[in-house]
Amino acid sequence: MTEKVLIVDDDKAFLSILSERMQNRGMEVTITASPVEALQIVETESFDAIILDLMMPEMGGIEAFQRIKEKSPELQVIFLTGHPSVSTGIDAMKLGAMDFIPKPVDLNELTEKIKQAKVSRAILVEKQAQAKLKKALTDKGR
Amino acid sequence: MATDSDEVELAGIQFFGKMAASIAHDIKNVLAVINENAGLLQDICFMADRGKPADLARLKKIAGDVKDQVQRADRIVTAMNRFAHSADEPSTETDLGELTALLGLLATRFAVMRGVEIVTPAPSVPVPVTTFPFGLLSLLWICLDCTMTATGSGKTVELVAERTTDGAVVRLRRFEQTNVASVANIARDRLSALRQALNATIAADETNTELVVRLPKGC
Repeated sequence: MTEKVLIVDDDKAFLSILSERMQNRGMEVTITASPVEALQIVETESFDAIILDLMMPEMGGIEAFQRIKEKSPELQVIFLTGHPSVSTGIDAMKLGAMDFIPKPVDLNELTEKIKQAKVSRAILVEKQAQAKLKKALTDKGR
Repeated sequence: MATDSDEVELAGIQFFGKMAASIAHDIKNVLAVINENAGLLQDICFMADRGKPADLARLKKIAGDVKDQVQRADRIVTAMNRFAHSADEPSTETDLGELTALLGLLATRFAVMRGVEIVTPAPSVPVPVTTFPFGLLSLLWICLDCTMTATGSGKTVELVAERTTDGAVVRLRRFEQTNVASVANIARDRLSALRQALNATIAADETNTELVVRLPKGC
């Protein structure tokens, strides 16, 4: 099954060409240059992975990440940035990002991360479903 | 105990570091786009090897996109080169209009991140000043930083260089409902030693709508 990916980056030239290459690899890709719009998109759609630029106008990547996680904790976020500092990478991972990849990106590496993200998300969704079922059965037994 | 000289040096190093990191980030972004274009060419070659003919129009578009990115990188590196050479001479005659235009370029990323636009109209006549260009850029950057913080998102800040009878001024314009005097105080506090080293003054203008950096002749 195809991977469904959302890419959020304020560099439109980068956004356009990266999405084209990912689509050529059979992925279903949604793009936006606005983190605010990204938050609206994740309200109505689900993704296997979100590729998020760290530094954007309107809202920084870290804030966008935190708000996405509040809404959908199972979503897997990979930070992509032209601002590669070890401390920023550590901060992002501590907050629960799946990975942190500096630009320029190796698309094969990114594709692998997206596949891992899809598996991680599926496990989380399964766990959530089991927890819901368990709770429903417990409630019914009372 | 830190001396005035230490403070001036520290302000300069911090300014240099901030600008160098920003330039590195911009160059990384350009490389990322060029890298994806190269990758797309590889994808097209791979598909052509397997019998799918290459689309000539797509190839032309890729070549055009790469050229655009090279021009983008050239603008960044040219600004970086001028910025690096601003530290060459401790005292030299320089054009204040060119210096403010350079600062506008260097500060673009910081402005975009804050939702601010920087405009640097070219003066109608050259505005020569004798100064330490790097030190003056450091001073003007902190004034601009304070101004952008005060004006907030969605605003435009104008950096205007002007010749005066007793030297030159840089005006930071477009304050709206902001207490410029308090911004001037913050900038003065942050810049005490550097301001004295450059013999510059920072104040709100009489209408309280502009931050004015005044540079006497031979500063």
